[in-house]
Amino acid sequence: MKKGTAHKLRPFDNVNTDYIISGRYKFRISSMKELAKYVFEDIAPNFYKKVKRGDYVVAGENFGCGSSREQAPWAIKEAGISAVLAKSFARIFFRNAFNIGLCLVECDTDGISDGDLIELDLDGEAVRDHTRGMKIKTMPVPALMRRLLRDGGVIRHFKKHGGFKI
Amino acid sequence: MGKTIAEKILSAHAGRGLRAGDIAVCRVDFCLGQDGTSSLIIDSFKKSGRRKVFDPRKFAMVIDHSAPSPNTGVSEIHKKMREFAEKTKSILYDVGCGVCHAVIPEMGHVTPGSLVLGADSHTCTYGALNALSSGVGSTDLAITLISGKNWFRVPESVKIEIKGRLKKGVYSKDMILKIIGVMGANGCTYKSIEFYGSAVRRLSMDARFTITNMAVEMGAKFGVMESDKKVEAFLAKAAASRRGIRPVKADADAHYGAEKTFDVSDLGPMIAMPHSVDNVAPVSAGRNIKISEAYIGTCTNGRLEDLKIAAGILKGRKVNKKVRCIVVPASADIFRESVGRGYIRTFIEAGCVVLSPGCGPCVGTHEGVLADGEAAVSSANRNFKGRMGNPKSFIYLASPATAAASAIKGKISDPRNYL
Repeated sequence: MKKGTAHKLRPFDNVNTDYIISGRYKFRISSMKELAKYVFEDIAPNFYKKVKRGDYVVAGENFGCGSSREQAPWAIKEAGISAVLAKSFARIFFRNAFNIGLCLVECDTDGISDGDLIELDLDGEAVRDHTRGMKIKTMPVPALMRRLLRDGGVIRHFKKHGGFKI
Repeated sequence: MGKTIAEKILSAHAGRGLRAGDIAVCRVDFCLGQDGTSSLIIDSFKKSGRRKVFDPRKFAMVIDHSAPSPNTGVSEIHKKMREFAEKTKSILYDVGCGVCHAVIPEMGHVTPGSLVLGADSHTCTYGALNALSSGVGSTDLAITLISGKNWFRVPESVKIEIKGRLKKGVYSKDMILKIIGVMGANGCTYKSIEFYGSAVRRLSMDARFTITNMAVEMGAKFGVMESDKKVEAFLAKAAASRRGIRPVKADADAHYGAEKTFDVSDLGPMIAMPHSVDNVAPVSAGRNIKISEAYIGTCTNGRLEDLKIAAGILKGRKVNKKVRCIVVPASADIFRESVGRGYIRTFIEAGCVVLSPGCGPCVGTHEGVLADGEAAVSSANRNFKGRMGNPKSFIYLASPATAAASAIKGKISDPRNYL
């Protein structure tokens, strides 16, 4: 993936889906592009204005915990984020993200600082932090998830293969 | 080596032997969506180009999160759901039927040994009926709607044994808050929790649902219990009785990633403080905190036994003038029964606001949004910042008894002073 700025979240651990996109908006706004304008609003005001296409979100443990709202990964994806790097992900968020084609990668994110220029190498299973001149090993993305990303999400995967192909 | 409940039920639905860590495609017995997730389910379903749902008797949509509709945006979503249900002949539980996790088991859609997916994170509630049930997102659910299947990674299991006898004024909500406080918000991420022990067996079905409902607050994929006579009686009352019951037990030599034992003999009322569910403390930690709202209801604690306990405390007493006490029966059945038993009269005479069955103010879309700086005691399952509609408000989670006692006092209070 291309180089982008790291947006390190505070709080770092247990960033829940209400923090990603508040329930206030998920009922009011049905366009995911429009919804993206409010992403992380309650914990990082103006987040949407700060991000550029291809940037990364960096978090700690249990990212995406809480509700099953698929609006959460959609809002992140539509804000232009290319991948979320975290120490671990909550399971429903994990499924939702790959199902809609948002890449998630598990790695030790402590060493990355807010504003660092970073680059994810999925094949090489590593994140390069160009600002700090270091390389961080990532957990491999399972074969099924990589296939879903390649196909552009599970719906396109179904259209292409007529069902699950794993 | 033997198998856990999750390994057995997933194996049965994949048609081959599975172990923790395996990824497999499994048949799904029932699936559901609610009004916060169904619009995207329908969009994803349509994007796939399919017209028919795999089995319209096995898919229900429940209008509960924002019901009746507070604005035109939600009204359009509800309309879209009604039209889709009619077109595909799927099941629809419209405004007033209640919260999905009360309605779906009551209507007999869940039986022991079954595999259920819901586009709602608290779908894990049905584990109290010895079923594997879990929350997924909308596109995930649409895939099941198309194919009757989904992919599963077989989770490792955690065994939690709860023993001891609860003291008066202490309930299953206090038990599960205590457990979440110890295990942490990500203490069981991706795990299947099996709940055992004499303290679990003694609980009513209403009280058991409170425990399995909150399994996801520890990150769990499933929270499941064994079947027994109480489960059978529940199913007999629901329309499910005729289908036959096939309970699933774990083998004695099944492998668990962790085993924990809790003794609740000395447990007192507990609260979860803002802004996370694992920020748990004894109720005394909140005794000087003034509240503006008390909420008794939700898929966690809006069942008949919960309303009975709250009514017992509020009978002959008055809600504090500075508190709005909101009561929402979790389903139409529970509402009807509470009217018959006089609980609703008690609530009204105490000065409570009783609203139609549904999610009420839990998700912050309507029916009791908090103002800046206000605090609420709620019998719900989440106290995240902004959950009840205002990021500048504070939510304390507690049992319905603690919520009722706090409503009278105007401050967070120990319900044992009111028994």
